[in-house]
Amino acid sequence: MESTKFTSPYSPNTDADRRAMLDSIGVDSVVELFEDIPAHLRNPVLDLPSPLSEFELRHDVEAMAAENTTPGDYACFLGAGSYRHYVPAIVRQLAGRSEFMTAYTPYQPEVAQGTLQAHYEFQSLVCQLTGMDVANAGMYDGSTSLAEAALMAARTTKRSQIAVLDTVSPALLRVIETYTQAPGLDIYSVSSDNIDLSDDTACLIVQQPGFLGQMEDMEALSTQAHATGALFVVSADPMSLGMFKPPAEYDADIVVGEGQTLGIPPTYGGPYVGLFACKQKYIRQMPGRIVGKTVDTQGREGYVLTLQTREQHIRRERATSNICTSVGLIALMSTVYMAAQGRRGLRHVAELCYHKAHYAASLIEQIPGYSLPLQDTFFREFVVQCPIDPAEINRRLLERKIIGGLDVSDQVLNGMLICCTEVNTREEIEKLAGALSEIGGAK
Amino acid sequence: MTITNDHRRELLMDRSVPGRVGSSFTPLDVPVQAPPPSGMLRNDLDMPEVSEAEIVRYFSQMSQFNFSIDHNFYPLGSCTMKYNPKVNDEMAGLPGMSEIHPNQPEETVQGALKLVHRLQTYMAEITGLTGTSLAPMAGAEGELAGMLMARAYHLDRGDANRTQVLIPDSAHGTNPASASMAGFDVVTLPSNSSGNTDMEALRAAVGENLAGFMLTLPSTLGVFDTNILEVIRIVREAGGIVYGDGANLNALLGRVRPGDLGFDVVHSNLHKTFTQPHGGGGPGAGAVMVGPRLLPYLPEPVVERVSDSNGVERYTLAKPPKSIGKMGAFHGNFGALVRAYSYIRSLGKEGVTAISEDAVINANYIQSQLKDDYDLPYDRTCMHEVVLSAKSMKRDHGVDALDVAKRLIDYGIHPPTMYFPLTVEEALLIEPTETESRETLDHFIGVMKTIAREAQENPELLHDAPHDTPNTRLDEARAARKPDLRWRPSAE
Repeated sequence: MESTKFTSPYSPNTDADRRAMLDSIGVDSVVELFEDIPAHLRNPVLDLPSPLSEFELRHDVEAMAAENTTPGDYACFLGAGSYRHYVPAIVRQLAGRSEFMTAYTPYQPEVAQGTLQAHYEFQSLVCQLTGMDVANAGMYDGSTSLAEAALMAARTTKRSQIAVLDTVSPALLRVIETYTQAPGLDIYSVSSDNIDLSDDTACLIVQQPGFLGQMEDMEALSTQAHATGALFVVSADPMSLGMFKPPAEYDADIVVGEGQTLGIPPTYGGPYVGLFACKQKYIRQMPGRIVGKTVDTQGREGYVLTLQTREQHIRRERATSNICTSVGLIALMSTVYMAAQGRRGLRHVAELCYHKAHYAASLIEQIPGYSLPLQDTFFREFVVQCPIDPAEINRRLLERKIIGGLDVSDQVLNGMLICCTEVNTREEIEKLAGALSEIGGAK
Repeated sequence: MTITNDHRRELLMDRSVPGRVGSSFTPLDVPVQAPPPSGMLRNDLDMPEVSEAEIVRYFSQMSQFNFSIDHNFYPLGSCTMKYNPKVNDEMAGLPGMSEIHPNQPEETVQGALKLVHRLQTYMAEITGLTGTSLAPMAGAEGELAGMLMARAYHLDRGDANRTQVLIPDSAHGTNPASASMAGFDVVTLPSNSSGNTDMEALRAAVGENLAGFMLTLPSTLGVFDTNILEVIRIVREAGGIVYGDGANLNALLGRVRPGDLGFDVVHSNLHKTFTQPHGGGGPGAGAVMVGPRLLPYLPEPVVERVSDSNGVERYTLAKPPKSIGKMGAFHGNFGALVRAYSYIRSLGKEGVTAISEDAVINANYIQSQLKDDYDLPYDRTCMHEVVLSAKSMKRDHGVDALDVAKRLIDYGIHPPTMYFPLTVEEALLIEPTETESRETLDHFIGVMKTIAREAQENPELLHDAPHDTPNTRLDEARAARKPDLRWRPSAE
């Protein structure tokens, strides 16, 4: 049998090619090309596994995938920042085109009009959805969008305190804390019955719906923020905007959101894309890539990266942010998703979520021992107070091929945050309610 | 006056026709519930109404306006535009990887955690460092994490006065921007005439305020700093953290480990060296590896392998004891991690080690063949990329780096990185990567020589380039002066 000495299928040059090239370079051996590296540290032996053929690799990774419990095989009622929705086939198909997938950041606009125009579409549709004036081409995820919004608010107002409503997700809060630790911004929590803002408060940050699913009174919060000159920063669930009021209507200054819900599979937490939109007057303080329309030397419309004097590659240490990527491919996926759902589809999916979640809540509320402690209007997530530790309930649900809701017992006694989207069928919802009834009754 | 005569370019909202739909509607299968208060609802949702087939044609046509690795040689310096293996995308797309939810209980995602744990181990091994966090979602976020760790380290030791970070003038712009976001003052350090760190300037700059030094190795000039051990010794003796920007790690794989050189922290752009596709500007992933000094400060989460009382092993998400915090809502760009894992396993020890050899041979080959046609600011062995300059061409024929870059497009080749590093006039930074064949390089070299000849004989040809693209050169000044950033309904 022929020797199976490893040859990388990704590197074409053979020993003969290398020899010929080294001759042209004028060196005897490739070793000479690395002589700038300190000799005693050169060519370490790496403790890495041996190469795998594509067949072997597939076996290896599929075995790990099989060790995971996959929603779809199991009913799943998790949300809390990442949402399962049906993704139309064209989203993966179009974003999977290698012309989009294997292109770089569009620094050379003449050979990147595809990417640039898609980014402009993304910005446009984010504006349509949120009602805001302008949007950027995308951030790493919804949490870093929000953290950057806090920094932007502090820059814009030249104030140093960030007020965060106590219904903002703990994960979002943690990321805000990471991003604001060095500039020394003071992050503090406020509750809706006591919005304590000072003349040094840069912004009031509100998540809509809140972490536990509740819809806030945004008009009132916006008015209170603006009364002290603070910006009103909203982290909106983009899917909720299919039916609920867009943030521009309650005078938000900066609107961010987790774009994952718009056509991106959960992928154990990423890659996602953060939405970032604001009022026109703040655009020069906005972080991230921005695409603008212009004309070419022949008067034809085309697109370029613009307002780059805000950015790190021009402004260096004085840039609005160090951000370099717009998560272009994920932004493209959500653009295709928004286009495919369109005017009627986005509203339809949002309404399916609303009715299914409320149906689930109505069933669970009737089970002895379970209650709904929050009475606010909600969209597709709600808290259930369980008769026993939700972690225990989730263990027993798993035995019934159900991944239950998020354990939020640190916020609500025996609390479980349950999410329903259009992919949760009536059968699954009723199975969940039946299982909760059995488990609760077995106390 | 503007002309819009290309129907293919019409925007979604302008294609919208009331009544058309681009997806099928799943019926409601539960009883209709009481609606929310009407005051909370939106009246209008002005989104596109376009059929599925039209969407597919629109984006497919649009895609063809792009250059990409799969279609073009793409020697974009410091961006490592290597071939992205297709199997990696399939592995990331397995339902057991792409459909798992980030809030699932750990016992239901042991396969995912095992993969992350293995990749952490590989990255630490490749870079010669102790600990890895795969939480940062991009290279720049890895830099921010690294510099926040440096900050936390100094503050922990009561060294609040350590506020200065040294950064070479050739560095990528994210370095000073990241250092600034991490609260440091940036001091720019010159390079000497060989492209190495200017040692006198370094000695003069280090002092009791020194927090650290951010160094790209090899540098963005494509050269390995021959003083590196001395540089690191000086910075460490002065109490500074040595930060390695791993943007150019492709040149070092298997040749030298940054940890062995004395770096405290290195980030790696998994989308460059480890083939996560660039996607027209992301997603990326910015693995961050640290030595013992910074280990307690790693961003969370890291995956740890633990044994329970029965000796059964499992993987768990952990928070390092003095963690700088979370870099994103969840656990990093897992999809990119699956791809990087797949790539490292496919190549294995033998393949990973061979990458740098081919990458460096390819770059030196280009340098040797083009140094008579273009200026070579640093005439020495280069690493995985070479910086040329069009300075003489500009002086003699009025043709600059931009013209050369745009003319390459006419030949179907993506331009190199241009006007970067900032320290080189009329810079053209060329990185061929290891995945290009000798024939492709010879074609590129031939084209570059042709362009050099055209610059003498017919400079107008270069000034007007590119010629056959959907747009000729675009007016960037106008775009910035009168920002048009979104679709708006036409006035009519």
